[in-house]
Amino acid sequence: MSLDPEYLKSERSQEWRTALRSKIKNKERTAIQRVHMPEQAPEVRVKYQDREVNLGITAEMAALEASRCMDCVTPTCIEGCPVNINIPKFIKLIENGDILGAAATLKETNALPAVCGRVCPQEKQCESRCFYVEKMNLNSVAIGHLERFAADFERASGTSNIPKTAAPNGIKVATVGSGPAALSFAGDMVKYGYDVTVFEALHEIGGVLKYGIPEFRLPNSIVDFELDNLKKMGVKFETNFIVGRTASFDDLREEGYQAFFIGSGAGLPRFMDIAGENYNGILSSNEYLTRVNLMGANSDNSDTPVIKGKRVAVIGGGNTAMDSVRTALRLGADRAMIIYRRSEAEMPARIEEVKHAKEEGVEFMNLCNPLEYFADEKGMVNRMRLNRMGLGEPDASGRRRPVPIDGSEFELDVDLVIVAVGVSPNPLVPSCLPDLKITKWGTIVVEEEKMQSSIEEMFAGGDIVRGGATVILAMGDGRKAAENMHEYLQKKVSNPTKIN
Amino acid sequence: MSNKIIEKEYFSDKVIRFVVENQKISRSRKAGNFVILKIGEKGERFPLTIADADPVKGTITLVVQIVGVSSAKLAALEIGDCITDLVGPLGKPTDIELKGTILACGGGVGVAPLLPIVEAFKKAGNRVVSVIAARSKDLIILEDQIRKWSDEVIVMTDDGSYGRQGLITAGMEEVIQREKIDECIVIGPAIMMKFASLTTKKYSIPTQASLNSIMVDGTGMCGACRVTVGGKTRFTCVDGPEFDAHEIDFDEMLMRLGGYRAEEAVASNKYFQK
Repeated sequence: MSLDPEYLKSERSQEWRTALRSKIKNKERTAIQRVHMPEQAPEVRVKYQDREVNLGITAEMAALEASRCMDCVTPTCIEGCPVNINIPKFIKLIENGDILGAAATLKETNALPAVCGRVCPQEKQCESRCFYVEKMNLNSVAIGHLERFAADFERASGTSNIPKTAAPNGIKVATVGSGPAALSFAGDMVKYGYDVTVFEALHEIGGVLKYGIPEFRLPNSIVDFELDNLKKMGVKFETNFIVGRTASFDDLREEGYQAFFIGSGAGLPRFMDIAGENYNGILSSNEYLTRVNLMGANSDNSDTPVIKGKRVAVIGGGNTAMDSVRTALRLGADRAMIIYRRSEAEMPARIEEVKHAKEEGVEFMNLCNPLEYFADEKGMVNRMRLNRMGLGEPDASGRRRPVPIDGSEFELDVDLVIVAVGVSPNPLVPSCLPDLKITKWGTIVVEEEKMQSSIEEMFAGGDIVRGGATVILAMGDGRKAAENMHEYLQKKVSNPTKIN
Repeated sequence: MSNKIIEKEYFSDKVIRFVVENQKISRSRKAGNFVILKIGEKGERFPLTIADADPVKGTITLVVQIVGVSSAKLAALEIGDCITDLVGPLGKPTDIELKGTILACGGGVGVAPLLPIVEAFKKAGNRVVSVIAARSKDLIILEDQIRKWSDEVIVMTDDGSYGRQGLITAGMEEVIQREKIDECIVIGPAIMMKFASLTTKKYSIPTQASLNSIMVDGTGMCGACRVTVGGKTRFTCVDGPEFDAHEIDFDEMLMRLGGYRAEEAVASNKYFQK
């Protein structure tokens, strides 16, 4: 799956790369400070749901940052990337001034570079494996910022390079869902020459990229641009189509689909099952974010309503909680609070998101846990009761277990509560496939190396397998599934009696 | 999937029947399933239970009552127009089998989703007694179609302008007193379902109610449609829409239907003033 070392070596020894390496001394490279991402001022950005916080780096900043990269003999950063972007190559192309070439390199293995450049937790992936971090204890090369720069540059240039695809082989395959896992899968399969259709239950393509991640982190127009690239490569999209319901898997097999990739995501929002949780004004982060991000409920011309809370409590400490609480601020909250039962050190959210939230005025009530909700005579939530937590011994997750502190209960006035404590897998697809093996949590069982399910022509990836992860891990699954489905289908074609 | 409207019929000035082209849903839907619709680019997603389908013609039938902006936008569509987005079939279908005698109760526009269930129970060999009710004569819908698949039909109106005067529960009581009922299904306004359910509970008649909760996606993703059944939170879209009526917390359901009333009132004022 990872890039062939011989190929990397031959790429690295190309004349231009060698010349570039000798241009600047390593000592000078390491002396350069890591670039800072320019940001919209907090007091301005909290007024706009649809304006990006991160503004992107300039061409000069990008060139300088790219020159920090040592073009290592063993680029460990690539190992940290779930979709195995040829990181040194794209960075060196930026240093060399060939930004479009850098963008093309990204697209060799990544169907959504402008998305990943914005929402990937690079600090946990590629950047954590950078030479600067591993060997020198310095700040890593800003791989994510450079990825975003190259992808944005290409988009702005109007000369979108469409990756080469193999000659069509006429074999039809389908994805269930259109989120990052499915899109990554579709991009690779169309490159192998397959006839790929992406089926989406909602009225818009993009899955969590559209309904979940707010526009101040990931504008919908950027997702649409990347989708356009996939369309130009030949991927077909069908919205308002629930595989298993609108048509059955058997119907689709009859239409000629030979294999499926299930990337239907983490459907069901979890609640805490505490008293008063079904009062009005208490909703899942999925509902809140879908109303705003997908349905545009914050704008006047949308028919979808959203409650614009003044005292908003968001329960949870993940990225979805940060997205929700920052959305609440932008929709006019006076107090936007994170209620998290552990301390900031255990918070699963990206450091950058926590930092942005703090700058914008989000209150962090860490080591607090909701116990009960109260409502007015119309059933609208108006108050909640919580208690404070201490940290005990580490639990199964390795994080210290939160334990309630006796006598620490207190109350808080709230008029909107958003529950962001995780999701369970969507049961819709597994319920249509009685032969599909699922875990007790409802995730689909796959052979890890292949992403192949218990039904041999069905592969799966993303949150329906992982239960809840990141965009980039889902995309990695999609690529892995594509590679293995390709192998599976080629065997089937060359030896039709053996399989099937 | 064109979603083109090929028939439009006014049952009253607020209740309209549409026949819509959608070949796939017409073939895959079962009694009890619903669809999610969206009218226009900026439209809201909302659920409607499928009232009928013709797999040969590739059409489904929907009945809408104008209650707010979205239903008014649907009602404003004419023959030849297309519904922007239509997805389904969603929800678990009704559990149809030979049970004996079925008491099928529909209130107001709830008679529309009741119709395919009555038909399916009848075709499965059951005796079907239907009670349909509304405020007044002009709000009684689909009476002939219900009659076609029922062994007996009782019509109740609040004001006595048609059929018998009284609430749906009066008609139900009459049937229950007279003969053994093996199962009851109720569909209609939440308040009507609450009292219909209390009626059958007195006689321990197994009863299903089909709920019309607020939904956004309709596929289990948002949780707006949660309802307490037997003390547990369930999602109407994927666990329902039908539940054991005697276990449903109807008071909570009634409260939750008002979850966006303030926002809806603002939107309605704006839309209807235009």
